[in-house]
Amino acid sequence: MEVKPMSETRADGGSDDYEHYEAVVVGCGPGGAAAAARLAEHGIETLVLERGVEAGSKNVSGGLIYAEDSAPYTIDDLFPDFREEAAERPVTDYHIHNIDGRQVTTYDLTDLHEHDTDWCDAVLRRTMDSWLEQRVHEKTSETGGGVLTGVRVNGLLRENGEIVGVTCDELDPIRADYIVAADGVNSELARAADLMDWDEPDEWFQGVKAVVDMDADVINDRFSIEEGEGVAHLFSGDLFEDVRGGGFLYTNEDTLSIGTVFHLDSLVAEEAEPHELLDALLTHPLLAQWFDGEYNELEYSAKLVPDSKKVAHREPYADNLVLVGDAGGQMQAQGPIIKGMNHAVTAGALAADAYALTRGNADPEAAGRRYTTMLEQSGTMGKLRPRRYELTSTVGEHDLVTRAVEGVLNSPVGSVAIGNPIAKRLLPKAYNSPFLVGMLPDTSMAYTTLPSLIGEKHGRTVHWENEIEPPTLEERIGDLTYNTDVGNPHIRLQDESFEASGAAVYACPVSAEDFGGGCYRAETVTTNGSEEKLVSLDTQPCVECGTCAIVADTEWTHPRGEKGVEFKQG
Amino acid sequence: MRSIVLTKGVPDFSEGAVSFDEDGHLERGKTPTVMNPNDHFALRAALQTRVRHGGHVSGMSMGPPSYSTVLEEAMEDIYSDDSYLLSDRELAASDTWATAITLSAAIEKYQEEVADVDLVFAGFKTADGETGHTGPQTAWCLEWPIVTHVIALDIDPDERVLRAKRLVEGDVDEIETVEAPLPCFVVTDPEFEPTYRKAAHRLEHKRLRAATEERVEDFDDHLTTWDHEDLRLDSEYIGLDGSPTIVSSVDPIPKAPSEREATMVDPGDSDGMEQVLEELQPFAGGD
Repeated sequence: MEVKPMSETRADGGSDDYEHYEAVVVGCGPGGAAAAARLAEHGIETLVLERGVEAGSKNVSGGLIYAEDSAPYTIDDLFPDFREEAAERPVTDYHIHNIDGRQVTTYDLTDLHEHDTDWCDAVLRRTMDSWLEQRVHEKTSETGGGVLTGVRVNGLLRENGEIVGVTCDELDPIRADYIVAADGVNSELARAADLMDWDEPDEWFQGVKAVVDMDADVINDRFSIEEGEGVAHLFSGDLFEDVRGGGFLYTNEDTLSIGTVFHLDSLVAEEAEPHELLDALLTHPLLAQWFDGEYNELEYSAKLVPDSKKVAHREPYADNLVLVGDAGGQMQAQGPIIKGMNHAVTAGALAADAYALTRGNADPEAAGRRYTTMLEQSGTMGKLRPRRYELTSTVGEHDLVTRAVEGVLNSPVGSVAIGNPIAKRLLPKAYNSPFLVGMLPDTSMAYTTLPSLIGEKHGRTVHWENEIEPPTLEERIGDLTYNTDVGNPHIRLQDESFEASGAAVYACPVSAEDFGGGCYRAETVTTNGSEEKLVSLDTQPCVECGTCAIVADTEWTHPRGEKGVEFKQG
Repeated sequence: MRSIVLTKGVPDFSEGAVSFDEDGHLERGKTPTVMNPNDHFALRAALQTRVRHGGHVSGMSMGPPSYSTVLEEAMEDIYSDDSYLLSDRELAASDTWATAITLSAAIEKYQEEVADVDLVFAGFKTADGETGHTGPQTAWCLEWPIVTHVIALDIDPDERVLRAKRLVEGDVDEIETVEAPLPCFVVTDPEFEPTYRKAAHRLEHKRLRAATEERVEDFDDHLTTWDHEDLRLDSEYIGLDGSPTIVSSVDPIPKAPSEREATMVDPGDSDGMEQVLEELQPFAGGD
């Protein structure tokens, strides 16, 4: 119940006296934080709107954050104490394991990892983003703005078709001269501005992750590292059967981040269950050496990852709105290494600079155009959309060619070639070449056939027994914290036929066939004597990854501010 | 805008906290004191006014020195700037009338010595007395207009008027919108919900919270205690002597005996379950 402020009440009951901020930044992840901090440094009045109860409560990443030598801005440029106060361990050791059953070949990936890398730290997003939120609030408060949490921006305020502000669930509409959409991979603003869509599964990856409790001393002991050191391990090969993707393990201060990332179209095609693929990694004999029979999972989470090679927006602006980070598809998969947060930081800071440089220009698109130019000139767009991938992608994705290449690899000749001693020397080099991995096609050849052949031909046999039992999906959901918006589901199923929406039963990370406690369920209904397979939806266990927005026919929005899942680790 | 919020300490009647003796009498010594639950709504209304229009909020309470904890809670909750406690032995055992006399004298003293007040907020009624008299009687003593059962509030500081929505006869379907001149006495209804639909208001709310966290550390520096002499009140008109109310006796209400019988059946006991189904059969619908 509200009494309309008298100063705003008109005879017709309407109200047009909207608040105005010079800049509004939507989302307080690394992209939004970088944009807001830089805007404030330029003296610009900046309001940051974050839908979580605290920044980071809605965020998930693998998560390594990179500082690239070549980047115009890194997160510690903008937030000097970042590494000491908000990050976990630095990555001082980087390996990839090619797996064929119990046969494992391990390559040192440190060269690829260190290419263009000033530093790289593991992070947990709740800790990281909530720390950023504090810093951003301090900075933006100085120029008349600040950070507000628990506010979901649900759309764009338009006047004569032109974007002039944002609309929110919790606040009256707000006018702004500049809008930075840093609202993540499921950006509702990018979609409202017709800049992004949710159409093609092959444009996305889906990651799931377990944060596992482990004392710092135990981590040091089991990974043979000292305090202030950390490791990254990647896993590929046949442990995920034919689903294209891989796994990762990163060491945090006193936890491990272990997860898997797969091409969403492959998950759908193989009808694979993401949580089972994660379990396949967790229970592989190779991991036994690190668990020693103990496994205490703190949090299960999931996230959609845009494939920048395909979706990074080349002109990420419309009127006075710009897209930053995941919202603009700025997530680079450089072979097995995924870089997203660093690009979001760069993009956010450039978006702020672009506005500062064009401030006062009457053309609302002046800042967006300048931002686009800066993304190009800084080399950021070149990393997100590598030219060599554009040249090879048509080959890589051509089924016929793929089958032919796989045929050769699987033939005695191909296997021998991979298995010969020269290959043994060359393969680690090839894996460490940023040039070559940037060209890798998105086929199972790169993810499964080649790694498992390498495992088979060069591998050592792992004899450990991994006896840990990961939690069931039901237990994982039960351990998550939810603030359910009772009676107000944020996702609505548009078409409940199995043909249109059945893929969500498998691909949704908190749903599974024959599991009644997840988001999506399939059931056979008999009507007038004919059987029909239908899909039903319960959004309560939703982890807001956005998978079903792509693989099912839904009307997808985020929950209202502070509602829905709250990640404690992220 | 300058506001005073009236709040009172009451026994914590919540399950697990409250203690009664064998005869059903409240054991005051064993029951902790908390802020009167209805006062939270008054506090929220004062905070909303402060957030939207700026100014100053003072918390005020009457009671023993230990009630300062309630004022401290008010500061934590609604970021009041300072606190006033009306406390001495002469004020003890005041009924609603003597309390209203005391409170209005304190508000007048505040206006003379501190600053003019625009709004006084009070809760609907206290959990111990349940009369709902003190607010209206205080307004009457001050000769101020009073708006009760307020569920939403807006102020026009320039015109010096408030507009409020109030529940009529407690029925949520009957909501009356009223205007009143300032200064005004506002009694909030438990349905009162503050609304902050402006980013500027939420930022101000956040700023006040941060500022209060520091201030509350030095709560005592912001606490003023007045006794009846400070308030220039004759002891005949206050405390027990000034209280015309006579409570002759209090009778505990016995618990109504249960009229239903229950039989426990183990779901694994098939005979028992069969009996349940038989019992249910007459109530089952069907053709």
